[in-house]
Amino acid sequence: MTAEENNYDYGVVRYFAIATVVWGIVGMGVGLLLAAQLAWPALNFDVPWLSFGRLRPLHTNAVIFAFGGCALMASAFYAVQRTCHTPLFSNGLAWFVFWGWQLVILSAAITLPLGITTSKEYAELEWPIDILITLVWVAFAIVFFGTIAKRKVEHIYVANWFFGALIIGVAILHIFNSLALPVSLTKSYSVYSGSIDAMVQWWYGHNAVGFFLTAGFLGIMYYFVPKQAGRPVYSYRLSIVHFWALIAIYVWAGPHHLHYTSLPDWAQSLGMVMSLVLLAPSWGGMINGIMTLSGAWDKLRTDPIIKFLIVSISFYGMSTFEGPMMSIKTINALSHNTDWTIGHVHSGALGWVAMVSMGAMYHLIPLMFGRKAGEMYSVKLINLHFWLSTLGTVIYIASMWVNGLLQGLMWRATSIDGTLTYSFAEAVEASYPGYYARFVGGAIFFVGICIMAYNVYMTTQGKTREEPAAPATPMLEPSSQQGVPA
Amino acid sequence: MSMGWHWFVVLGLLLSLAAMFWLLFANRQRTSKGTTGHEWDGIEELDNPLPMWWVGMFVVSMIFTLGYVAYYPGLGDFSGAGSWSSQAQHDAEAARHEARFAPLYAELGSMDEEALAQDKRGMQVGRRLYLNHCSTCHGVNAGGAFGFPNLTDDEWQWGDSYEDIRYTLVNGRVAQMVPWGAALGEKGVVNVAHYVLQMSGQEHDAERAAAGAEQYNTLCVACHGMDGKGNKLFGAPDLTNDIWLYGGSLEQIMFTLNNGRQGNMPAQSDILSDDKIHILTTYIRSL
Repeated sequence: MTAEENNYDYGVVRYFAIATVVWGIVGMGVGLLLAAQLAWPALNFDVPWLSFGRLRPLHTNAVIFAFGGCALMASAFYAVQRTCHTPLFSNGLAWFVFWGWQLVILSAAITLPLGITTSKEYAELEWPIDILITLVWVAFAIVFFGTIAKRKVEHIYVANWFFGALIIGVAILHIFNSLALPVSLTKSYSVYSGSIDAMVQWWYGHNAVGFFLTAGFLGIMYYFVPKQAGRPVYSYRLSIVHFWALIAIYVWAGPHHLHYTSLPDWAQSLGMVMSLVLLAPSWGGMINGIMTLSGAWDKLRTDPIIKFLIVSISFYGMSTFEGPMMSIKTINALSHNTDWTIGHVHSGALGWVAMVSMGAMYHLIPLMFGRKAGEMYSVKLINLHFWLSTLGTVIYIASMWVNGLLQGLMWRATSIDGTLTYSFAEAVEASYPGYYARFVGGAIFFVGICIMAYNVYMTTQGKTREEPAAPATPMLEPSSQQGVPA
Repeated sequence: MSMGWHWFVVLGLLLSLAAMFWLLFANRQRTSKGTTGHEWDGIEELDNPLPMWWVGMFVVSMIFTLGYVAYYPGLGDFSGAGSWSSQAQHDAEAARHEARFAPLYAELGSMDEEALAQDKRGMQVGRRLYLNHCSTCHGVNAGGAFGFPNLTDDEWQWGDSYEDIRYTLVNGRVAQMVPWGAALGEKGVVNVAHYVLQMSGQEHDAERAAAGAEQYNTLCVACHGMDGKGNKLFGAPDLTNDIWLYGGSLEQIMFTLNNGRQGNMPAQSDILSDDKIHILTTYIRSL
């Protein structure tokens, strides 16, 4: 470490990194229970707070805001210091962000199983928790932008644009969607009603995907991919263009969640067509990520962290292609309300968000515990985790594709007299094989993060597993393109 | 939509797209100077041009958008050159559907009940209509459920003639058992419940039943009749057999007496054509 690096505030990064792994296990564990409940409904146990309806929002909140949020905050606090060449603006405020965010998560874990909910998807938490989120988020913004303001380099690195967009975007979304009239400590009513409420909710819901799960994690990608690959970012121009395009276009796409509803036609049309435009800005990030790795392909043989990163970018590209296609009204008429949507979300959530976070954490955690880059307890276990994650994700999304098409086609099938061929329950019955397969995929993915937790724990204990040295150098020198950094 | 919001949408969309075109145009440089010269934490950036296939995809999608909002609604209040609406699309699809199957239903609808009941295809259509429209409440096997009558037994709350059932389907039925808790008093409710148990041949307290009979004969008799056989005019059920819409135990009868019951069979005339109602009536009578 250089003298400069010794001044960096890594304590809060260390805590957020560990919290990422812990909440990952909790959130994915609840997800696995939910998958099991759909396959074996008896697992609801007739206990209200163990029922699917209450645990489902707990799962989504835990994986998005607890696991994903901690990964984002760890990465943002880490990368912003290193790319601004200065310690955090306020270490104390950063600790407030950490403990405040943990309190938000804890409140969610208590209130959601109790059935206390606004019933707005991904914004279920009631108004006192919403206020706490706002305070924590403002502190996050002050620390982040304060650090940017006192940077020792002239330019702001692209990863920080994306983290900045995350902070500003989510602040606006959270505040406007959560506006409500409280009637008691645990109950409030949204200030919006009817289809306006639905529109505001999905403006929020879709842009939570856009600014939290896309922009934020692109920030992670833009720091950790070039760092881990030891390669320069492929195109500065592309990063500028796709950043602004992503910000400008994403906000229009929300209405595609409300196709064929009472939302006015003009809003549905705009939501659909702007979702199609969104394909190019989304893919800009994928191109920049993959092309940055280009020239470091030989590392795929020896560095499982690079594997995590490249596969996450691939899933990102796939799900950002699938999304616009599903927003087309005629396709949506088939896919809406089916398991296809669940599959789409998880190709983004497992394949992209979780895997890029895991790659980043494997890069960051040894450094946070006084070890050299890449010195996890066991590289082989990272590799095993990588294969479990990939396999689990593929099984999960494939089973949901099959289920989604099956449900969509069964619901619309008509007999020779124009009546519906199947009842709803028949489509549920036919979905069971997919539910079993989804459980298997989820279980494999879950085993992966448990292995990660073990690997992380052993790393924090300063242990190293005896493993055979990395394979011999490649027969051919990797093609050296322009500007490999020293 | 107010004029303000109309222009907000129109300008918001067009200016966003214009900004994107400008952004692509401003970054049109096709050559690379190597790196940009910036460096952060050892990370450098290359100055590679935008991939042309990507720019092409972006531009095509935006031009498509302009065409799309010219034809379909999207630009605020402007309804689009194609005058498309989701309501019109729905109506057209529904009309196509109706037209496609109209000959089949006209043919089955023209058969009289006796012939239709003997027609295998007609009864298959009847079964499918039943599954689509009736089974949610009355059950896949028409056996009914709590609060929803069994259609396979001989008890018919509103009558079982062709005309009665057809009327039920077309207009729906609203049954109204008013709550008698206040009028009967706590003791009265228990007594009348025992009288109902007696009428239906169940175990009961004879003394209470005798007391209940008096109150029955003043309050309940109007609808359920002296003999407790009910009245199809009001949909008042027969109380003397072992068929119970809301349960026949002492507790359940007391609950019904205290709180009343509101049965509601929704009218189907807005959903089903005359021919379909004819087929369904015939099918239900055949069960």
